[in-house]
Amino acid sequence: MSRSATTIEIDRPPVIRSGPLRWLKENLFSTWYNTLLTVGSLAIALLLAVLFGHWALTEAHWAVIPANLKLLFVGTYPLDQLWRIWATLYMVALFLGFSGGLHRGLILQIALMVAAATVLLALLPFAWATRLWILATALSTLVGFGLGRLTRQSRTSRWLEISLWLLSFPLTLVLLKGGLFLPVVGEAHNVGGWNKWGFMLNLLGAVVGITLSLPIGILLALGRRSSLPAVRLVSTLYIELIRGVPLITLLFMASNMLPLLVPTTFRPDIVIRAMMTITAFSAAYMAENVRGGLQAIPQGQFEAAYAVGLGRMLTTLLIVLPQALRAVIPAIVGQLISLFKDTTLFGFIAILELLGMVDSVLGNLQWRGTIFELYIFIGFIFWIFCYSLSYISRRIEKNLGVGER
Amino acid sequence: MGEPMIIAEDVHKWFGDFHALRGINMTVEHGEVVVICGPSGSGKSTFIRTINRLEEHQRGRIVVDGIELSHDLKNIEAIRREIGMVFQQFNLFPHLSVLQNVTLAPIWVRKWKKSKAEKIARALLERVGIPEQADKFPGQLSGGQQQRVAIARALAMQPKIMLFDEPTSALDPEMIKEVLDVIVELAESGMTMVVVTHEMGFARQAADRMIFFDEGQIVEIGTPEHFFTDPQHDRTKLFLSQILQK
Repeated sequence: MSRSATTIEIDRPPVIRSGPLRWLKENLFSTWYNTLLTVGSLAIALLLAVLFGHWALTEAHWAVIPANLKLLFVGTYPLDQLWRIWATLYMVALFLGFSGGLHRGLILQIALMVAAATVLLALLPFAWATRLWILATALSTLVGFGLGRLTRQSRTSRWLEISLWLLSFPLTLVLLKGGLFLPVVGEAHNVGGWNKWGFMLNLLGAVVGITLSLPIGILLALGRRSSLPAVRLVSTLYIELIRGVPLITLLFMASNMLPLLVPTTFRPDIVIRAMMTITAFSAAYMAENVRGGLQAIPQGQFEAAYAVGLGRMLTTLLIVLPQALRAVIPAIVGQLISLFKDTTLFGFIAILELLGMVDSVLGNLQWRGTIFELYIFIGFIFWIFCYSLSYISRRIEKNLGVGER
Repeated sequence: MGEPMIIAEDVHKWFGDFHALRGINMTVEHGEVVVICGPSGSGKSTFIRTINRLEEHQRGRIVVDGIELSHDLKNIEAIRREIGMVFQQFNLFPHLSVLQNVTLAPIWVRKWKKSKAEKIARALLERVGIPEQADKFPGQLSGGQQQRVAIARALAMQPKIMLFDEPTSALDPEMIKEVLDVIVELAESGMTMVVVTHEMGFARQAADRMIFFDEGQIVEIGTPEHFFTDPQHDRTKLFLSQILQK
């Protein structure tokens, strides 16, 4: 066809034919050695699946999981006080729903994910009473959402939201451990300290570690780039010292050496020490992640900020940090995920978290030899939480990608 | 006219051993538009950046609006509030919308109410001809639009002086005019301006005075008419013949 000045041909991109058969041919059977690889790996995968399926369906004693569910998740927490754990969950679900109602967007998606997960959970063969306890979580998310929607116009609800989330930390502590108006768990019930709380300790350790290590890490990263030599030196020393030592060594130091160095009057209990250690450890890595983001900010951004009259502080807060953090979200979330998994190392310093609880369960003669079942279950639990985290991080990246290219 | 807006006396600047500015003496009066030109590496960008102290001068004196530039951070920030700057590479804040880019400094530095800042910002976007882009992000705009946002951002602080550091050098040819039109309009409104540029057509149209830089020194100062028709120095003649041939 000839082109003239008046009619311009628009070339459409070629249509690519697709379909399952074509995909199979192109990706799995394109050459003889690809065919060989496909068939071979399929055979191996099938063999493994059959072997595992056989074991899982005929030999495995899955009864160990439901029988010890309470022990694995909340350890020696007294049965008649379990409502306090539920209450904590409802509180978080309520706040999450409230934030979701106020802002919609990502936070609402997270709230809905939690609600959906609890509904799914309630479908499992639990006792009816347990199902009601579980479903109440979804209910409080909905209530929170409703409240958020209703009050989204008012300015005070934003302040309320922030103060509620800040309050959620002491509230959680009081609800779970006791104090104020609630009896202290452990003393009154003669079940020992909170170092035997199973999976709850992994969650608490992770939440505390995540919320504290991020701000500390940011401060350290800024400190390492500070123009004040003393600040720079201290930050660099801290980061390099911590990063040069394995976490398990730090945990052992916190559990064994600290008592020798610090007078008895000032000695936090082992769980607090473990949380402090994992926070300190994670903060050093966080600092390096954030520093990577800081270095990616072009000089022109600083100059433009200074030129419109922003001081150093405001430039850092408004221009540099938002861009730097955004650039390193994947690295930060990776760090958070590994922090969550690292809480299983608490087991080495006499803290019975989820992994440590396995030994307690195996110590019961009735459940001897169920180690695979337990570890598979634990792996599954960790996978659910870690995968959710990385899913959320991908959503955040996508949401923040607006107009960035 | 009173005291000049900008006074530079014997300004020197070194980058390591390289002597970038070798004794610059000049003044800019209220409402005057000064265009600086010269070959690349002649120190013209460095000089304009010393005026709001993005570069520090190492000898001599710079006085802006009656305040002398010194190590006193308070002075520097006070002066920067009164000087708007437009960069070759736009340097918009990519994580903020166009409107937020323009209102950021008025809200945080001038402490204006958000509603007031946004009202003025929208008026400025109107003035630079892109009111409909207010809610987009910089990455979604063309180069010419980005540079016009950058001009609006600088103007939002209601500066007494505007500095332009090669504002059209990073633009595609068809976008240069839309940006120059805005700058010309600004010049005609009586703003005190220092413009580093190679756009000689613009200089002839808008400049009150031309300054020619070479090797860190001022070679020639004069009115555009004098500058283009009767340059005194051989270096200026050579530069003009090269640049006007294009």
